[in-house]
Amino acid sequence: MYFAPTTVPDALAALQNPGVRVLAGGTDFYPALGDAPLPAIVDISRIKGLSRIEVSPQGISIGAAATWSDLVRAPLPPAFDGLKAAAREIGAIQIQNAGTLVGNLCNASPAADGVPALLTLDARVAIEGPTGPREVPVADFVKGVRTVALEPGALVVGLIVPPPPEGAKGAFIKLGARRHMVISIAMVAAAIALRDGRVSHARVAVGSCSAVATRLTALEDALMGTPVDQIAKLPVADHLAPLTPIDDVRGTAAYREAAALELTRRTLEEAARA
Amino acid sequence: MSVLKHTRPADGVVATVNGAPLALEGAPGRRLSAALRGAGLTDVKVGCDAGDCGACTVLVDGAPRCACLMSTAQAEGRTIETLSGLSASGETAALADAFLARGAAQCGICTPGMMVAATAALRAGPPDDDAIETALAGVLCRCTGYQPIVDAVRDVVRGRHDPAPDDEGHVGASIVRLDGPKKCDGRERFGDDVAPAGALHMRIIRSPHPHAAFALEGLKAFAAARGLVALTAEDVPGENRFGVIPAFADQPVFAQSVARFPGEAVAALVGPADAIAALTDVPVRFEALPAATAPHEATAEGAPILHPGRPGNVMCRGRVSCGNADAALADAAVTATGRFTTPFVEHAPIEPEAGYARRTGDRLEIFAATQAPHMDREAVAAILGLADDAVRIVPTACGGGFGTKLDLSVQPYLALGTWVTGQPVRLAYTRKESMQATTKRHPADITATVGAAADGTLTAMTFSGTFDTGAYASWGPTVATRVPVHASGPYRVPHYTATSAAIHTHNPPSGAFRGFGVPQSAIAQEVLFEDLARALGIDGLTFRLKNALRNGDTTVCGQTFPSGVGIAACLEALRPHFDSARRVTEGTVRRGVGVAAGWYGCGNTSMPNPSTMRAIARPDGKIVLHQGATDIGQGANTVITQIFATALGVPATAVTLVGPDTDETPDAGKTSASRQTFVSGNAARLAGEALRAELLRLGNAGPDATIRVPALTIVDGAREQTLALTAPVEVSRTYDPPTEPLDENGQGAPYAVFGYAAHMAEVAVDMALGTVRVTRMTAAHDVGRAINPTLVEGQVTGGIAQGLGMALMEEYIPGRTENLHDYLIPTIGDMPPVKTLIIEEPDPHGPYGAKGLGEHVLIPTAPAILNAIRDATGARLTAVPATPDRVLAAIKAQS
Repeated sequence: MYFAPTTVPDALAALQNPGVRVLAGGTDFYPALGDAPLPAIVDISRIKGLSRIEVSPQGISIGAAATWSDLVRAPLPPAFDGLKAAAREIGAIQIQNAGTLVGNLCNASPAADGVPALLTLDARVAIEGPTGPREVPVADFVKGVRTVALEPGALVVGLIVPPPPEGAKGAFIKLGARRHMVISIAMVAAAIALRDGRVSHARVAVGSCSAVATRLTALEDALMGTPVDQIAKLPVADHLAPLTPIDDVRGTAAYREAAALELTRRTLEEAARA
Repeated sequence: MSVLKHTRPADGVVATVNGAPLALEGAPGRRLSAALRGAGLTDVKVGCDAGDCGACTVLVDGAPRCACLMSTAQAEGRTIETLSGLSASGETAALADAFLARGAAQCGICTPGMMVAATAALRAGPPDDDAIETALAGVLCRCTGYQPIVDAVRDVVRGRHDPAPDDEGHVGASIVRLDGPKKCDGRERFGDDVAPAGALHMRIIRSPHPHAAFALEGLKAFAAARGLVALTAEDVPGENRFGVIPAFADQPVFAQSVARFPGEAVAALVGPADAIAALTDVPVRFEALPAATAPHEATAEGAPILHPGRPGNVMCRGRVSCGNADAALADAAVTATGRFTTPFVEHAPIEPEAGYARRTGDRLEIFAATQAPHMDREAVAAILGLADDAVRIVPTACGGGFGTKLDLSVQPYLALGTWVTGQPVRLAYTRKESMQATTKRHPADITATVGAAADGTLTAMTFSGTFDTGAYASWGPTVATRVPVHASGPYRVPHYTATSAAIHTHNPPSGAFRGFGVPQSAIAQEVLFEDLARALGIDGLTFRLKNALRNGDTTVCGQTFPSGVGIAACLEALRPHFDSARRVTEGTVRRGVGVAAGWYGCGNTSMPNPSTMRAIARPDGKIVLHQGATDIGQGANTVITQIFATALGVPATAVTLVGPDTDETPDAGKTSASRQTFVSGNAARLAGEALRAELLRLGNAGPDATIRVPALTIVDGAREQTLALTAPVEVSRTYDPPTEPLDENGQGAPYAVFGYAAHMAEVAVDMALGTVRVTRMTAAHDVGRAINPTLVEGQVTGGIAQGLGMALMEEYIPGRTENLHDYLIPTIGDMPPVKTLIIEEPDPHGPYGAKGLGEHVLIPTAPAILNAIRDATGARLTAVPATPDRVLAAIKAQS
């Protein structure tokens, strides 16, 4: 069965079919499918309004079918610069034109490039399901490797980002073993706001160095009030304690720790740059 | 609710495809790439089905997308554009001209994706260099090294047109490759593009374990219940065994009793496409057995033996020795020693192995991508128990080979499926299958020591290399033989002992990959030479030049070449670039320069290696060349024709090519060992000369007469005569390079011709992250005579890309990196500008002095990069790939 609903209620109805899978940009769906038989599919790419990215006084909403290219084109506050930088590093243009932010989140890869930046934006996940709509912070939504807090029959309809603090600016640096189309060895996103030359808001999150991208809250706390010229010098290995890097084909755990620290410094420096 | 049901074709999806409405067939969830190809748009290529390679790039409402990542239903109502539809449009037509002029299409499998992506960039306004890179970054190319492609797009942006090339197209002219136009408009047909509608499909059942027992009971019943035919070892009518070297043939079509590497075939199912696509839960049970997955495990006491008759899992050894290396090392003023390791490297042609077969009476015909049609014919005939002439091999266009398509892949399965069912059968490996089941570059574990006198004169070298040859022999014996012959590099080493051992493991078969083991040995040798140069305080280039082989010098095999030794000229050509290169030894980003050299003997080692060409002048005046050398993108069709046309004395464009096709073309040998320009080129030269002599004789003309086409008019001074042939004039000529056997110390004449190369790498290394960016490559190549300089440059940029990948990112781990996102090959953004310096030291045996080139290119690349990293950082890398974690660890280790 292939369902192509045009409304969210129709999508939820289609999701009642056993074994059904959600298809949006297809950039994770088809690689995972390989040469296996097709499952039943709910294609959410034709749901009206689901590709929209909207800015309002209540915040910024990003529809579940919005692609990375949609995001790059959207006029958004500087706090989104990190997320936009991540968007430009996802695969290449073919992937950015197809893949969605929400799909990247729901796929729940430890190396999902969008998640660290979403954490720095305090983004929440908007879910609709049999029990009605609800919102979950990104940090609570991604539970582990390939695991998200989404009950059967429910659908993520979008992301909601609260209005960023005034002056907040985002940055993102990804480290891979080649240019373009590469799975990150490590990546760091940061959002920084300054007041009178000192940090007044700080968010730092690291990806590919733990099962789920992780905020460095001790570092964020330490950054508060730090003079702008001291920001890049502040991070030390202790701040990376929440990370649990592993050895894999892309790098060793020890390397990831060293690289994450260096990337954190560089990302903060970039975010603090006027 | 809007629901698209899965029944078809009533609910077929209609999209506007290439300007007209098209009803796409198949399930709505089927990949759009499959639906488009099913509708005849085979210009949409499939390389990975995972968005990793971009070969299937199409424009969806003007935006580039991978058609393999879209459902057919998602195309409903949208505008889809593919290369075949775009090719008439202004931007794309201009791109095609530029691609042809620049040699930007080699094998051509990525060309549709590249051109579609480039078209989108041009439509968006004139792209600058960054925009070109961003636009093309999603399409992988394994042949060109991207530079010709970038140059082609730049040309279109700048409105540049090259002057028309030499219209004779003789030796030395950069004519457009003769098979180029169809590669640039989507007409080229590759292995998966030729099967007739309705051909049966096939699914191969593969072992998931390195070493496994398996049980096939129930498979036949399972197949029968689904209208399928199951094939196993017992269905093989001839020998269930093949191998490229007859004395070592050991690989079964289907494993019997045990499977010896992950991905080995144990059975296959054949039947209608739908039934094959629906397959799940095939009842084959595997039981993992103790496995040896590295040579040190395979040679340990009590290790499982892969092949009885090869005790200790030693398949074969190689040895070359001259002088007294141990004594000379003891006397050396300086020595350097080291242990070096390299991993499996995957060829990763963007075209996975594919083809189809049909039965015509008592004959079998296979249409598939291959590098060795006549070898395929013999092997398939033996498997089917048929005479050789009952099998016909018709190579399709080959979407990249690099050595991997020398071995059988899909052919025996197609043959059996077709022979048993009587129906045409098609098979295309998935990317995973292609990576699991085909050959790899041998992993090497090398220990070597080199010594020099105080004045920098090399005196001695010992070398011991262990090569993981995997579960089956493939080209392992060739690697074991070639490595000791080449491990000295193109240098004078008077005292030398080099040994090699090829060890069986429960890994994929290691086979031929551009360089046959020499790229691995060159890493050890060139890094050690850098040690010596540093110890002596001599720069790396001066040290190499001092020791480079010259005309009349004796090689480690005791061979002497009185002329044509071009390595010193290559190194000298690097000098101005070496002296002016930028070095930065402080700060976070350091810059350094490294040099390495290489040599490679063209053709088989001390064995017969003939090529035959047949040429015909027809009564209608047409000149036909039956050319059986497979063009895998390197340009054999063009180069061989240029040589033939030069010898005959007609324009290259006047020659009609036939073949390759084992029914139509004589055996031109395999496309490997950088032998086609040299060996088949010589056969083409001889055939051209012979046909010329025959035509001039018929025209009673002297040797300086001119042959005019198309009417075959002989012009001898003032006299003109048009030949009125009543029957075809046919000549056939064979060339076999003169070599001599090697004795037990590897002394003899292994090759008639060597080619030479020297590379200089410039790198920028991030000292805090260990990341390496190659900022420029300067490559000097002695090709004897550049038959087609544009094609030479294309080989150089493409070989460097593979060498860069080997140096920095490529590592195949069986069972783990079986796709093109875990196994990384360079993208457009990884490639630096490449400056090619063509050196022409004519070889007395080469056609018009030409030497081979293909394999030579990537031999010096990786060690040059490693030496540049060392120059920049002081870090001495002894293992590739030099990934960021390894580089950072090496930086920390030396500081």
